[in-house]
Amino acid sequence: MTSFTLNGKKMTVEAEADTPLLWIIRDEAGLTGTKFGCGIGMCGACTVHIGGKAARSCVTPISVIEGADIVTIEGLDPKGQHPVQKAWQDLQVPQCGYCQSGQIMQAAAVLKDNPSISDADIDAQMTGNLCRCMTYTRIRAAMRQAANAMKAG
Amino acid sequence: MKLRNRTETNTTSEAALSRRGFLVAAAGTGVAFSFLTACGQTEAASTAPAYEPTQWFAIDNAGIITVNIIRAEMGQHVGTSLARILADELEAKWEDVRINHVDSDPKWGLMVTGGSWSVWQSYPLYSQAGAAGRMAMIEAGATALGVDASTCSAANSEIVSGDKKISFKEIVRRGGLTKTYTPEELAKITFKAAEQRTLIGKPVTSLDVVEKTTGAAIYGIDAKVDGMVYGYPIIPPTRNGGQVNYVMDAPAKDIKGYIKTVVLKDPSNTVPGWAVVIADSWYAAKKAAKAITLEYENTPTMNVSEKDIQDHATKLIADPKKGSVLPTGNTDTAAAFKKAASTIDATYTTATALHFQMEPVNALALEKDGKWEIHTGNQWQSLVLPWLAKALEVPETDVVMKTYRLGGGFGRRLNGDYAVGAALASKAVGKPVKMILDRESDSKFDSVRSPSVQKMRMGFDKNNNPIAMEQHVACGWPTEVMAPFFMPAGEKDIPYDPFAINGANHWYSVGAHRVRAISNDLASATFRPGWLRSVGPGFTNWALESFMDEAAHKAKIDPVQFRINLLKAEGANAGAAPSAVGGASRQANVVELAAKKAGWGQTLPAGTGLGLATSFGQERDMPTWTACVARVSVDKTTGAVKVEKLTIVADAGTVVDPNGALAQVQGATLWGLSLALHEGTEFENGNVKALNLNAYTPLRLADVPELDISFVPSTEAPVGLGEPATTVVGPAIGNAIFNAVGARLRHIPITAAAVKAAMA
Repeated sequence: MTSFTLNGKKMTVEAEADTPLLWIIRDEAGLTGTKFGCGIGMCGACTVHIGGKAARSCVTPISVIEGADIVTIEGLDPKGQHPVQKAWQDLQVPQCGYCQSGQIMQAAAVLKDNPSISDADIDAQMTGNLCRCMTYTRIRAAMRQAANAMKAG
Repeated sequence: MKLRNRTETNTTSEAALSRRGFLVAAAGTGVAFSFLTACGQTEAASTAPAYEPTQWFAIDNAGIITVNIIRAEMGQHVGTSLARILADELEAKWEDVRINHVDSDPKWGLMVTGGSWSVWQSYPLYSQAGAAGRMAMIEAGATALGVDASTCSAANSEIVSGDKKISFKEIVRRGGLTKTYTPEELAKITFKAAEQRTLIGKPVTSLDVVEKTTGAAIYGIDAKVDGMVYGYPIIPPTRNGGQVNYVMDAPAKDIKGYIKTVVLKDPSNTVPGWAVVIADSWYAAKKAAKAITLEYENTPTMNVSEKDIQDHATKLIADPKKGSVLPTGNTDTAAAFKKAASTIDATYTTATALHFQMEPVNALALEKDGKWEIHTGNQWQSLVLPWLAKALEVPETDVVMKTYRLGGGFGRRLNGDYAVGAALASKAVGKPVKMILDRESDSKFDSVRSPSVQKMRMGFDKNNNPIAMEQHVACGWPTEVMAPFFMPAGEKDIPYDPFAINGANHWYSVGAHRVRAISNDLASATFRPGWLRSVGPGFTNWALESFMDEAAHKAKIDPVQFRINLLKAEGANAGAAPSAVGGASRQANVVELAAKKAGWGQTLPAGTGLGLATSFGQERDMPTWTACVARVSVDKTTGAVKVEKLTIVADAGTVVDPNGALAQVQGATLWGLSLALHEGTEFENGNVKALNLNAYTPLRLADVPELDISFVPSTEAPVGLGEPATTVVGPAIGNAIFNAVGARLRHIPITAAAVKAAMA
């Protein structure tokens, strides 16, 4: 049995200890905004926040999340209007959209730690998130816009 | 496009699927026009039925206009583009418009989303539907206002006559609409002049953007129904000929949630050799699969390598009797070469490439009251329905596909083979089965872009003018394997796969021109060749545009000028309505514009170079005139290439959704870069070697160069934008490397080692 907090709600699951958090979020909690892409932590589509840090849920076994505070794209902002989401909407970043939950969660965690981020750091922090539609130039621009909004405050 | 003569008359699917069938269906839409009568509705009633002037849209009694979309949403915001075309002619207020992605139903005609065709094909259809709706609303509005229709105009979902007006909503609430149009009347409808457009070409926020930032968008992988179990397929060693001889699942029985393993019986032979592990969670099924031992019958392709496939291609090209020669006018190059003062020859190759769409293929299948439902993301419902029917041994009318958002299409989901696996698993266990491939299985089961070998030849007269050109292309043919009825005829009535050769039939005037398409049968025996973003031109243009550069250097003419000299709008290259007005002159124009924008001719630092390539896009009857200049720097010690900037100019006729169009070209451009420098794998022991991101390495954000993308302002017919830019980036980079360090690259992906070797 594993207990943790998911988007502010307590949750207890009885899955096998090695079950990746991703499948608990998607199939037990029914929150399908977090996506399965590569299964080896290299595409970033499954990115969620664990204790405020971006983490790849597809390679996080539930055995290590006892007591943890987990936030998914659905819990990032009650109205879907986090500064990162607003920038993504404003610049119309998504194409197919499949990777964008992960991109947004990665960006939100990075910018929370460092709203004064440099362009080089945007590249370094976001390059682990694959976008097959190649919306990369808009991701860069939206990160910058969101960073400015978060700095302003 | 001339289609091969066909004698079959007894199959519904083939006729319905053919491209000609589509065009006929599109042209005949008028038959479906008949206006509903809303008898007995009073002013006050809010239950007036929705007014459905055509099957393409309806206006309900709240004034909401719902546009039916038969194309799959895979990132191109296609619903937004198509709805705007209709709404513009209808004179609807954009805020009133909603989009509805429909289920598969024969009434929609051919359902395919590919080839960058959606806007091009639907533009006349949706314009006509919108215009007819506007005329009907004006007529009904005039009656309601008690004025003559000639005094009325439509705007913002209202009919206005002098100081009187009535909204579309009110007109629908009043009911009594009985107007019908004959196809002849519809054909006479004239569309608005370009300057009167209110929505087309104007900025818009795509209707699907918000839900894609909140996690609310539902994709195929998110589909669920009560009582479903999960399926994880074990993919056999080779794509074809698989047969399971032995299954031992005793150790899997200890895994919590494991139910059983089913070996699929597939009358359609779509998923030969598949076994599907069934469990009450997907992870349990995947885990159980590792504990299961399967033994397979040997297959003829189990030892095939990339080199085997490419060697076979080379052998096929050497045999002049193989393949189909495209009807490019004077194809007698042999005579012309005899007169040539000089010639140039080169061979180009491309490696196997994966789709690697972010969402692994998946499907949810279930039977309900004798009808099969397939819930999945798919680009070509009309193609897979007959396979599903054959596999399940039911009539096509007993199968319906519910199409979900696609976590990337890129051509992978034109081939819906994965849906067959889910359907058969569901049939075997008698329950709804939600089947998801993991990434490695998705790669093994991918319909890859075939590796290709291309032999190029050009002959010049004594003044260095080209008088003859040949392009021989051998690769696996997706259309031959999956949709042979879609193949046009070449010379001697021999069919060819347009999606394995298009691009080679270019708009340059080069004298005699012989383009030969050859199906590599070892390729199609080994794997199921796929359509991958930009299809044929994705590799034919790599060879063509690199070779044009080689030819220019041989002729000692600047490569930009060399191209412009040959892009003459005359003879077969003059161009014609509806979509190719201006012909080669529009391609010359984008070449000139891109060169100018990128500073062609400037002095650059050592090791840095500019290279240009151009394309007419996907098909001669839907040309998207595109040019790219790449600026690269090369590390002379290692051969490493850094792409500093890509300048793209596209002439796509009318641009319906400017922001969506830019997004498509941004994505297509970076796909071109990714295929040129970052992607590629090889066959080894009958299947692809790279299965996941630890071995397959598409472009990532840190390697994205500066992009300068622009469109030529135009009111010509709109054409496709999702693919053309993909085809120009590779050769532009190759040509830039040559200009930077003198190394000529003839294989993609380009590696540092290959650049270094070519410099020596």
